[in-house]
Amino acid sequence: MEDLTKIRKDKTSVVLNVLTKISAFITMSVLIIMIAYILIKGIPNLTPDQFSLKYTTDNVSMVPALINTLLFTFLSLLIALPLGIGSAIYLVEYAKKGSRFVEAVRLTTETLSGIPSIIYGLFGMLFFVLYLKLNYSLISGVITLSIMILPLIMRTTEEALKAVPDSYREGSYGLGAGKVRTIFKIVLPSALPGILNGVILSIGRIVGESAALIYTAGTLPNIALNVTKSGRSLAVHMYALLCEGLYMDQAYATAVILLILVIGINMLSNKIAKKIGEKV
Amino acid sequence: MNRFKEKGAKWLFTAAASTSILFVILICAFLFVNGFDTIGKIGVVDFIFGTQWKPLNNLFGILPMILGSIEVTALAFIFGVPTGILCAVFLLFFCPKKIYPKMKSVIDLLAGIPSIVYGFFGLVCIVPLFRDLFGGSGKSIFTAGFLLGIMILPTIVSVSESSLKAVDKSYYEGALALGATHERSVFFALLPAAKSGIIAGVILGLGRAIGETMAVSYVIGNQSLLPLNIFEGGRTLTTNIVLEMGYATDLHRMALIATATILFIFILLINLAFAFLKRRLK
Repeated sequence: MEDLTKIRKDKTSVVLNVLTKISAFITMSVLIIMIAYILIKGIPNLTPDQFSLKYTTDNVSMVPALINTLLFTFLSLLIALPLGIGSAIYLVEYAKKGSRFVEAVRLTTETLSGIPSIIYGLFGMLFFVLYLKLNYSLISGVITLSIMILPLIMRTTEEALKAVPDSYREGSYGLGAGKVRTIFKIVLPSALPGILNGVILSIGRIVGESAALIYTAGTLPNIALNVTKSGRSLAVHMYALLCEGLYMDQAYATAVILLILVIGINMLSNKIAKKIGEKV
Repeated sequence: MNRFKEKGAKWLFTAAASTSILFVILICAFLFVNGFDTIGKIGVVDFIFGTQWKPLNNLFGILPMILGSIEVTALAFIFGVPTGILCAVFLLFFCPKKIYPKMKSVIDLLAGIPSIVYGFFGLVCIVPLFRDLFGGSGKSIFTAGFLLGIMILPTIVSVSESSLKAVDKSYYEGALALGATHERSVFFALLPAAKSGIIAGVILGLGRAIGETMAVSYVIGNQSLLPLNIFEGGRTLTTNIVLEMGYATDLHRMALIATATILFIFILLINLAFAFLKRRLK
């Protein structure tokens, strides 16, 4: 079939064919240029004093920011995971299709996933920082981030739960297990890889977030020793370096570390997605 | 005991599901109450249609930023949408099986790169390049549109791809049987059938572009004048906030929050359009 169509190619077809190839080439090369440019110019700027445990204006260390990023990630997931997984369980296992409540949940989740991070940042500032008087602190940032990643976790978990065959549930009911037991012992374990993928995507989102954190967690360059202290994540660290304008080299170095983190997270997610694919 | 457990669990899951409703209400309430209050103080017409943003003189007109956002988004579309759709077509119908997973992971990676890194790349690579090509400072609405075009690519590609996948294969086979080439069958039979799905994807990209902050702020130049020439600097709604929020006080600060309110209204309209289209598709 392929050969037959090849014989009769007219001009339009050839042009269209070439156009798709050019577009694909552009997309690929943009990414390659970007990564190569940042790595080549950035790696020479990775100096040991940027990795000392304490930040000073001399060493501009990114380690405190890195540790804060870990804190942000861990604590945000701690809040968003139970909420997101719980909502997904409700939507898949309990909800009556087409009920008003379900429609409202879906519409609001879509709305949340469409809100830009700067709006989250300002909302976090108005609500957590000023209204609840939590000040610029780890906790303000963490709650803001949790709201941001909630729709992502909900969506991935929902898809994972839907992919669990009904025969699993029926088997469990048939053996006399109740609904809650079925959900926790049968459905959730089978959906675990899908949920894990959602977690990894969320981590990627948190690591890269800057606009939502600047106005909620502040930009102090030290490790946030408790949740009421202000602290900057790695992306915010980069923002601060670029703002001050004096630390271009260090900004390059931070960009390298951010890129490596994001590429690593991406590879992990691909691996898990592959595993899910194999299982199906 | 068991009955109690089942009931309790159902109640807990329902409560979890209602949090997203609660959050949206909270966000709306805080942004609208604060924003509308300020807009009332400044005056609706003076705020939305005012052409001068001079906080020191108490002039808060955001028309330049509204136009800036619209121009940047339009440019992002010109660069991003055709490339994205064509790239999706390539992935599905022209891509050798061996390269496909590699291309997919490249596109995932493009989506995962933080916007601050995009902005940095724009600042150190694209801005100098455009300075040499077009003269001026290199920071302009055009540069921002170009960078945003790259940033919305993954969204456009993945949504176009899934809506092309959803089209019945018989469309393609029918076109082939009528004597059309592979390319013509794809472009004139499959693509029109996937149109509404692709439009939904484009609207999603619109939301991304108009809400993008960090990346834009490094390449757009940030002048708060009316953006009459796209090769000169400008400001978007988002960059207006991020530039001045750090030191603004009193009415100035409130005016920035009101800027976010206007942006939020744009985003809500875009979201509604997307939700509407998606439901119609089903």
